[in-house]
Parts: sequence; C-alpha cells; structure tokens
Amino acid sequence: MTKTQSNKAWWLVVPVLILVAFNAFIPLLTVINYAFQETFGNNVFFWEGTTWFEQVLNSSRFHQSMMRQLAFTGMILLIEVPLGIGVALTMPRKGPWVSVCLVLMALPLLIPWNVVGAMWNIFALPNIGLLGHTLNSMGIDYNFTQQPVAAWITTVIMDVWHWTSLIVLLCYAGLSSIPDDYYQAAHIDGASRWAIFRYIQLPKMKRVLTIGILLRFMDSFMIYTEPFVLTGGGPGNTTTFLSIDLVKMALGQFDLGPAAAMSLIYLLVVLLICWVFYTIMMRNEEQ
Amino acid sequence: MTNPKKWLVPTLYILFLMLPIYGLLSMSVKSTNEILSGFTFFPQNFTLENYKVIFTDSTWYNGYINSIIYVVMNTLLSVTVALPAAYAFSRYRFLGDKHLFFWLLTNRMAPPAIFALPFFQLYSAIGLFDTHLAVAIAHCLFNIPLAVWILEGFMSGVPKELDETAFLDGYSFARFFIRIFIPTIAAGVGVAMFFCFMYSWVELLFAKTLTAVEAKPIAATMTRTASSSGYELGLLAAAGSLTIIPGAMVIYFVRNYIAKGFALGRV
Repeated sequence: MTKTQSNKAWWLVVPVLILVAFNAFIPLLTVINYAFQETFGNNVFFWEGTTWFEQVLNSSRFHQSMMRQLAFTGMILLIEVPLGIGVALTMPRKGPWVSVCLVLMALPLLIPWNVVGAMWNIFALPNIGLLGHTLNSMGIDYNFTQQPVAAWITTVIMDVWHWTSLIVLLCYAGLSSIPDDYYQAAHIDGASRWAIFRYIQLPKMKRVLTIGILLRFMDSFMIYTEPFVLTGGGPGNTTTFLSIDLVKMALGQFDLGPAAAMSLIYLLVVLLICWVFYTIMMRNEEQ
Repeated sequence: MTNPKKWLVPTLYILFLMLPIYGLLSMSVKSTNEILSGFTFFPQNFTLENYKVIFTDSTWYNGYINSIIYVVMNTLLSVTVALPAAYAFSRYRFLGDKHLFFWLLTNRMAPPAIFALPFFQLYSAIGLFDTHLAVAIAHCLFNIPLAVWILEGFMSGVPKELDETAFLDGYSFARFFIRIFIPTIAAGVGVAMFFCFMYSWVELLFAKTLTAVEAKPIAATMTRTASSSGYELGLLAAAGSLTIIPGAMVIYFVRNYIAKGFALGRV
C-alpha cells in the first residue's frame, strides 16, 4: 500500500510513545547510572568508568551463564521448530476437531509461568510425581533436583511443552491460507510429498515461521520464571540462565554495579541478534 | 482425513500436553497424606479440601481478583493507545517511522530481569508501588509494542479507499475511526486483546516486584506459599489448577479468531 507522507501522524503515536518511554527510558537510565558508578546508598555516586564491564566480561560466571543460555536457546529452537511444523502439517484442516485441537494446544500458552514451573516440578518429583515415579519404576535413576543432566532435560522438555504450540498455531495459520486448488494442481502434476512441502507449504509458512522463531528466540533468551520455579537454577548452578543469574546478582547479592553492566551487555546481545532477524524478515517481506 | 496415521502425531502431541496438567489436577484433589505417602495415578480419597481453603481464605482469592484487575486494565490500556499508533504506522510515512517501529519492538525484546530493580525504584518514587495501576502500566512495556505490531498487520489489510470514501462523505477522523474503522478490524482487535491478556496474565517478575500486599497477584501468593511451607503440595496444585481457568475461557471464546487472525495479521 502506498503511504501518505504526513508528519501529523506523530500525534497518533504520542500516547504509545509516552507510556513506553516512561517504562523504558527512565529504568534504562537508572541501569546506565549504576553501570558506570559505585554507590553506597544515599544517592552518593563515584565514577567507575568501565570497571564493571571489564569485571563482568572477564568473569567465568558470566561466560558460563552465557554458554548455558546459548545452549538452552539452541536446543529448544532445534526441537520446537521441527516439531511444531510437523504437528501443524498433520493437524486436521476441516471439521469439528480443528477447534478441539486448537483449544487444547493453546492451553499451555495461557498458564502463568510460575504455574508452569510448579506444574513440572510436581510432575517430575521422584516418587511423588507422575513422570518421576514412572521413570524410576522403569528402573531409570531419575532425580532432577540432584542430577544436572536430568535437570537440563527436564527444563528443555518443559519449554518444549510450554511453547511448541506457538509454532504450531503460527504454522497452522500459514497453512490454512493455502487454497485447495494448489494441492489439486500438485496432485495432478504428480508432485511428491516432499515437493508439496518444499514448494507450496514452506513458502506460505515462511513469514509466520520467521515471526515464530523470533518470538521463541527472544522469549527463551530472557527465560526466568519457569526454570527458577522448577530447579531454582540448580543443582549447583547448572540451570542458571542469564536472567536467573542477573536477578541473583542484583536482588540477591545487591551487586548493583556488575549487575547493571551485565544488564547492558545482555540487552545489547539480544538487540543485536533481533536486529539481524528483523532486517532479514523485513527484506523478505519487501520482496 | 483418509490416512489414519495422520491422526497419530497430533494425538500424541496433545497427550503429551495433557499429562502434566492431569498430574496437577489429580494432585489438587488429593490430601497431603496421600501425596506424601507415594504416587497414585488416580486419587484414592477424592477431596475438595484444598479448593475450600482457597475459596475461604482471603489472601488466596484476593490474589485471583488482583491478577484479573490488572490484566483487564492493561489489556484495555494497551489496545486503546495501540489503535491510533498502529493506524499511523499502516497509513502514513512520517519522520523516523521505521526507527520508531523497531524501537518499540526492542522493548518487547528486552529481558524483564534487567528492569526489575529500576522498576521497583521508579514506581516507589511516584507513589504507585503496590497498586494495580503500577502493574498494568509496567506490562505496557511489552504489550503495547506487540499490540501495535499485530494491529498494524490487520490495518494494512484494509484498503485505503475505505478511509478516503468516509472522509469524502464528511466523516471526522475520530468518528470514522470509531464508527467504521474499528468495526472493520474487529477480528484484529480481538487477537491483539487475546495476546495482551495472555502475556499480562502469565507474567510474574514485574507483577511480583511491583506489589506487596494490596495488589499481590495470585502467582506471587503461590510462590510465597511454596517457600514458607514446602509440603502443601495439594494446596499449591489446587491454586495452579484454578489459574488455568481464565486462560481456558479466553481461548474458548476466541478459538475461531485465532487461526483466522494469525493468517490475516502479522502474528
């Protein structure tokens, strides 16, 4: 659509600007304030320059939580995206089952995040929970509160449980915009199942899938509540992701300087990756 | 579907989704003794005692009321201010529009953990700490960008001739927007409200940081119960089960819009 050039349109954006800027600018300035200075309270500040940044960037604690975060985000994307596409492809297209599937699949998306954590905690408790009890009675030694590997697997499966449906719903929406004629034409041409997927279904899903991956990337990169309630970041520090580590540092130990520096580095990493995604997405849309 | 194998994948997937929910529901109707004495797939002594505690203790049921108040406030606020902004982005080119749009989205991307402490200081300073309004405004940080994004997608699907015809007919902007334009994109408004409701309802970090007693959300009540008396699993499960209901109701009402809305809009 051709858009009209008019700077008066700014007036329509002003309410949004005020509300979001109030929430974004002032807190960001606070963070920057803490990141470059040292304070002992009473609003007295001492200039520290980049000390905190060097400290954070050189600390093995930050490296480890960043590695854990990257590993976690990579793992859940590798599982959720193919699984989501697979489920969306096999879902019924018409009939009463469509609503049933949609409602049941959307359910995990609307459960408060701490309840998701609590639910999986209960589900996976050895001896008491459904999953923990079943695994242990099958002879598999499983205790996510003590075994790092079990804690990791449980956290990843919890996220798959929680968020795959978002990918399913998005892909399903993309698929349902394909007219039946396309499939009939492909059928007449004798196209293979793979060819249908590659040349008809995938292109239609591309835009929604990019949005899905972007949302999943952002949300998994800032995951806090679910693993915090499920494992508390443990055993040890094995499931301490970036946000958990940050909250521990800021509100637990009250190391405001390093925490603020870490916040800014964290924010820049997220923004950089999202900017790359966003640019690619916009370029695709313009084509 | 003619191919019976096709049913297998969605069925197994839904089964996988339902198992933990079943675990939660079944634990909520067990007594503490039964829970601690070992695993049972079906509750042996069905009891509603846990639910009774929640519905009679004001700290519990107030949690639900508080959560619903700020979620509804946030949803209305976010969508109301997002509507004109989305219109501006979909119809006009103006100074810095693309940068502004990306800047809005960056707020959806920023990890809430970064803002937890500054938010506490900011909202304490302006005297809004521990009010529903504080949480409702704080959640605008990520819900407004999302609402603008969704609505802009829907609005771009409406031909511009609609606006032009209305203006030629002598409609003022406000009257056109409320009487004609918003009803045209009703499905989009529904989808945007659904997402705002969803993200505000499931969020905990801000809601917990910005409240103490008066506006404490149900999610925070739950975490505090869990840490103070570690063995009240039945009560925790009952409270958790009840938090599923508002979401389930919202999905049920918008189920037909979701698929359609996703397809039409950006999200």
